[in-house]
Amino acid sequence: MSARAPVRALLVVLGIVILGVFPLVFSNPTTTSIAFFTVVFMVCASAWNMFAGSSGYIALGHAVYFGCGAYALTLLANHLGFAAGWGVFALVPVAGIVAGLIAIPTGLIALRARRHTFVVITIAFMFIFQLAAFNLGFTGGSSGLQPPTPLWSVKTYNDNFYYVIALVLLATVALSWLVRRSRFGLQLLAIRDDEERARGLGVRVGRVKLTAFILSAIPVGMAGGVYAYFLGQIFPQFAFDPLFDLSIALMAFLGGLGTVAGPLLGALVLESLQQYFTVQYGASQAYLIIYGALFLVVVLLLPRGVIPSVEELISRWRSRSGAPEPEPGETGRTGGGVVEAGAR
Amino acid sequence: MSASSIAHAIVDGILTGGVYALMAAGLTLIFGVMDIINIAQGALVVLGAYMSYVLSAHLGIDLFLGLIITIPAFFVLGVAIEWSFMRRLREQDRVAMSILVTYAVAIIIEGILSVIFGVNVLQLHASYVDSTFHLLGFYLPYIYVFGFVLALVLLAALYYVLYRTHFGRGVRGSLQNRTAAELIGVNVDRVRMVSVGIGVAVTAAGGMVFGATNAFTPSSGYDLISRLLSIVILAGLGSIGGALVAALFMVTLEDVVAVVWSPVWATLVYYASLIVVLSFRPNGLFGTAAVRAQ
Repeated sequence: MSARAPVRALLVVLGIVILGVFPLVFSNPTTTSIAFFTVVFMVCASAWNMFAGSSGYIALGHAVYFGCGAYALTLLANHLGFAAGWGVFALVPVAGIVAGLIAIPTGLIALRARRHTFVVITIAFMFIFQLAAFNLGFTGGSSGLQPPTPLWSVKTYNDNFYYVIALVLLATVALSWLVRRSRFGLQLLAIRDDEERARGLGVRVGRVKLTAFILSAIPVGMAGGVYAYFLGQIFPQFAFDPLFDLSIALMAFLGGLGTVAGPLLGALVLESLQQYFTVQYGASQAYLIIYGALFLVVVLLLPRGVIPSVEELISRWRSRSGAPEPEPGETGRTGGGVVEAGAR
Repeated sequence: MSASSIAHAIVDGILTGGVYALMAAGLTLIFGVMDIINIAQGALVVLGAYMSYVLSAHLGIDLFLGLIITIPAFFVLGVAIEWSFMRRLREQDRVAMSILVTYAVAIIIEGILSVIFGVNVLQLHASYVDSTFHLLGFYLPYIYVFGFVLALVLLAALYYVLYRTHFGRGVRGSLQNRTAAELIGVNVDRVRMVSVGIGVAVTAAGGMVFGATNAFTPSSGYDLISRLLSIVILAGLGSIGGALVAALFMVTLEDVVAVVWSPVWATLVYYASLIVVLSFRPNGLFGTAAVRAQ
């Protein structure tokens, strides 16, 4: 790690700089709106991975928290009489907290079940929430809700939203990194590898899983809130969207499940690609074919995701050229090392 | 709400439930033998509906007669999917990867259907789809009865293959314990390939009946797969008999709630019942703790 640490730090700084200056360099509103959606998905994929990637429980119902965040921000802004503008952004953390609170009962129920059943229960929750949003009185039913719309020029509008979601992204990645390095993160990995043995070794399995589940719901709820405010309207079928669940899972898998950088890379590639196709070909569904085919190729050729596969290539290249291998004690802290341990 | 409308709901639920049972049986067979959750099952049903649409609307072939073409075609498609994708998954994270791979297959199918047919709502038509008969004070299209009978015939055939043939013994052996089955000379790879073929072939029939009793678009598969997954999970993954019971139970429950309470909340009860059952029996109604002891 000694040789890799500066490279890693450099990449992190570079990433933050690119995130910061992107709308200054590419100021075209179409580009900045694509960038906004991409960062929304980076937040969601990263947060999802914090739970699912580390624990091995593939949750396909995080749209519940996205939608709840979206509705929470909209309802609070409308009922508390927030004027359109910067003030509404103060509700973004509240949207996250609401999502986190909803994750407590849903997580308790879903996590009673093991792997396959867990997947299906999370899907069932997604449909229950979608139905509730369609049919409850205060959600506005199928006509949805409209949060206040700020009267900014197109460019300021996109930029303001972009920087807010970029801040949420930084916080999420920092949290994800801290979890990854912590004892708590190791407990999650132990659960992924062998839940019974982890329990036997004294990991409080139920508590650890639920905590991770709640932690991963909060940023998704915040992203949902910002997303609703950006669009200026929210409908049940877009707030609670089954494709959202699968997309963020796909992004995390593409980049590398269980790594900090993987979901970011996956979301960056897939969401910008999808947005580009949508802008380029409009309502045509042809991008679904490309999206699906790309996905198949990646899953079959790089089953562990891009980042772990690339790291493995680099370390193989290093050992061939005679450079010392990273110490075993430290590989456990890097993304690639632990994934290798899990894949064995 | 009258006794007659409740009776209608029950009859309707049982007739529709039979078709769901057929589709769910395919899904649970694939899971049991392969350890794979086939997310594409819903999209395959929709593909089956579109194939029946092409055969009947453009070539004038009767819906049921068309199954002679679509069922073998789907068997081949299933074998192809197993050969090209499913068997390439590694053992250790098979379930998670299978969800992703079959989801990718589902979106490719959805994409192809959208490009060819557009996203407009379609429904299959035939004389027996559009005409009704009188029963217990309400009218029912003939297709519901025909579809139910078709589902029963195919389920009986599936039962016969699984419980009365040498091949079926191999399937059930692989379901219980892959390693042991291999040790006593079952060609597990071949069993898996044929099982996926059968599991996909039944969706051709399911798709035809689905398309004749529901309006559908290329993206109808997502709602369908959620329902089918709920059925097989409620039953206990890998339990084919259980899938039958769970399908009849869930669909009838939904139809009765729609009449007694309100159609909009029926689906909610459908999923809520799944969660309630699983809270008490985490392995489903007919599932055992270790379906696959290996």
